[in-house]
Amino acid sequence: MLAAEGLGVSIGGRTLLQGIGARLAPGRVTAIVGPNGAGKSTLLACLAGLRAPDAGQVLLDEAPLDRLAARMRARRIGYLPQEAPLHWNIAVRALVALGRFPHGDAASAAGRAVIERTLAQADLAPFADRLAGTLSGGERARAMLARVLAGAPDWLLADEPLAALDIAHRHALLARLRGVAAQGVGVVIVLHDLALAARMADDALLLDRGRLIAAGPAGAVLAPERLDAIFGARFAYVDGPDGVPVLVSAPSTGEEGRGEASASPRRRREGPGDPGGG
Amino acid sequence: MSRAGRLGLLALGVALAFLLALIAGKVWVPLWGMAAGDPRAVIMMDLRLPRACLALVVGAGLGLSGAALQGYTRNPLADPAILGISAMAALGAVGAIFIGLGGSTGAIAAFAMAGAALAVLLLGALAGRTASAVAFVLAGTVLSSLAGALTALLITLSPNPFAMSALVTWIMGALTDRGWAELRIAAPLVAAGALLLWTQRHALDTLTLGEAVARSLGVRLMRLQWVLALGLALIVGGSVAVTGVVGFVGLIVPHMLRPIFGAEPSRLLVPGALGGALLVLVADSLVRLAPGASELRLGVAMALIGAPFFFALLLRYRRALA
Repeated sequence: MLAAEGLGVSIGGRTLLQGIGARLAPGRVTAIVGPNGAGKSTLLACLAGLRAPDAGQVLLDEAPLDRLAARMRARRIGYLPQEAPLHWNIAVRALVALGRFPHGDAASAAGRAVIERTLAQADLAPFADRLAGTLSGGERARAMLARVLAGAPDWLLADEPLAALDIAHRHALLARLRGVAAQGVGVVIVLHDLALAARMADDALLLDRGRLIAAGPAGAVLAPERLDAIFGARFAYVDGPDGVPVLVSAPSTGEEGRGEASASPRRRREGPGDPGGG
Repeated sequence: MSRAGRLGLLALGVALAFLLALIAGKVWVPLWGMAAGDPRAVIMMDLRLPRACLALVVGAGLGLSGAALQGYTRNPLADPAILGISAMAALGAVGAIFIGLGGSTGAIAAFAMAGAALAVLLLGALAGRTASAVAFVLAGTVLSSLAGALTALLITLSPNPFAMSALVTWIMGALTDRGWAELRIAAPLVAAGALLLWTQRHALDTLTLGEAVARSLGVRLMRLQWVLALGLALIVGGSVAVTGVVGFVGLIVPHMLRPIFGAEPSRLLVPGALGGALLVLVADSLVRLAPGASELRLGVAMALIGAPFFFALLLRYRRALA
């Protein structure tokens, strides 16, 4: 169990997070959503133990996270940043092997076996000897995720892992994350794309201006009327191509062109969905 | 070829360069000139052998510290001399002499190490968390000029300017007339520093993906910075105290070896040490062979090779640096 208790963060008098309390369940995908500046990434960094909160604390299995030695924390919690730089053009295998750093066994037979297995599971085995700088965007995202998974963490915290991906790769990566959660890992992702959050997440935390507005099952948290008020757009669920409801949005009346694009461009051009539907 | 094979070849190159350093000079002496009773044994045992050992130690240290420094700063332009670490070490050494500790090489080395350590920590503070290549090089430029100015100031204020002007020549870096005494000072310091850097090799690797990932993997960045500062101080301070500033070794060597051994910092440390030893051994043999009455200074020779190399790198990276 990963939990936030009364979490508060402020920088230079500006409050980034205030009184955040949430309990995250293992084996589920939890999406952290909210408008720009809501504090999503800050919350994720606190949960990952990368940022010490100014108030409150993060609990991992009921024990304060900051009491854990850095390496022990790293064995439990894997962190996938928004867009990690690749300062040296290293081989894909070496990139994935970095995930074993907290275990200190990348050179041992056991560690190498984990690395090869992770490469295979991520469909990266054919690329293992290629330089990571030569990978396509989708392959690179897979490699970066494999790097985290090689550490076999109990928790996978990802900050906007989809930002640089096209729609097919987004769905593929989210399917992978769902697969990871199915193995018992707690997956927490910051997502801009509300439609993907509504479709893929089990649970959701909705933030606005540093406060937690709602938490719980994604379907309940991402209710159109609640989103309307927070995002300043009109939301609705419509039937998707595969029959699963899709969250779509349109500009709120009188504010043409300011809406959040959640659905496919064609659907958007056909006009707004019925705000009351879903 | 396997990594071990490539390392073996490089080590063989070092061994050959070591032999070259023994026999090459204004007077060529064959290896059997070392035999006891041979009149040339004095040249070999008291001049060339310690000098070659010192070239080996200093070169290995500088190559290794260049590889570690480039890994830490994620900056292909990093080098102890370019980032001002050597200049700060030289300032420390001159400072020791200024306050009257010139008689003790150990004291000079200690002051040089303090200067080098201060430089690494100042670099961390000046370049800050951004850690961009440009920020580091700029910070290094500032440190270099400051250390240079302070060194010049100390020399001006010195009660005995003549003794100090000899020092200026020394700062320029050379292995000339260095003996076993200098080696006894430098070798343990460089070895200890190399060991310290070696312990951080995997932490350096994690920085490939930036500081956030490194921290998430359990690397304690402050601790890493302090250990690196200490390791680099031991190597650069120990080297500068006995040979003066020999620049560009740490810049050139990792670049030459990266395509052969891979770009991970951990995989470049040992090759960097071997490559640095090879480069300095060969360069020091060549300066002895250069025509002219007096010997070309090693530091000057390295700068003559290294500066164009730096420009070539700058041309290659300027797009990425802009």
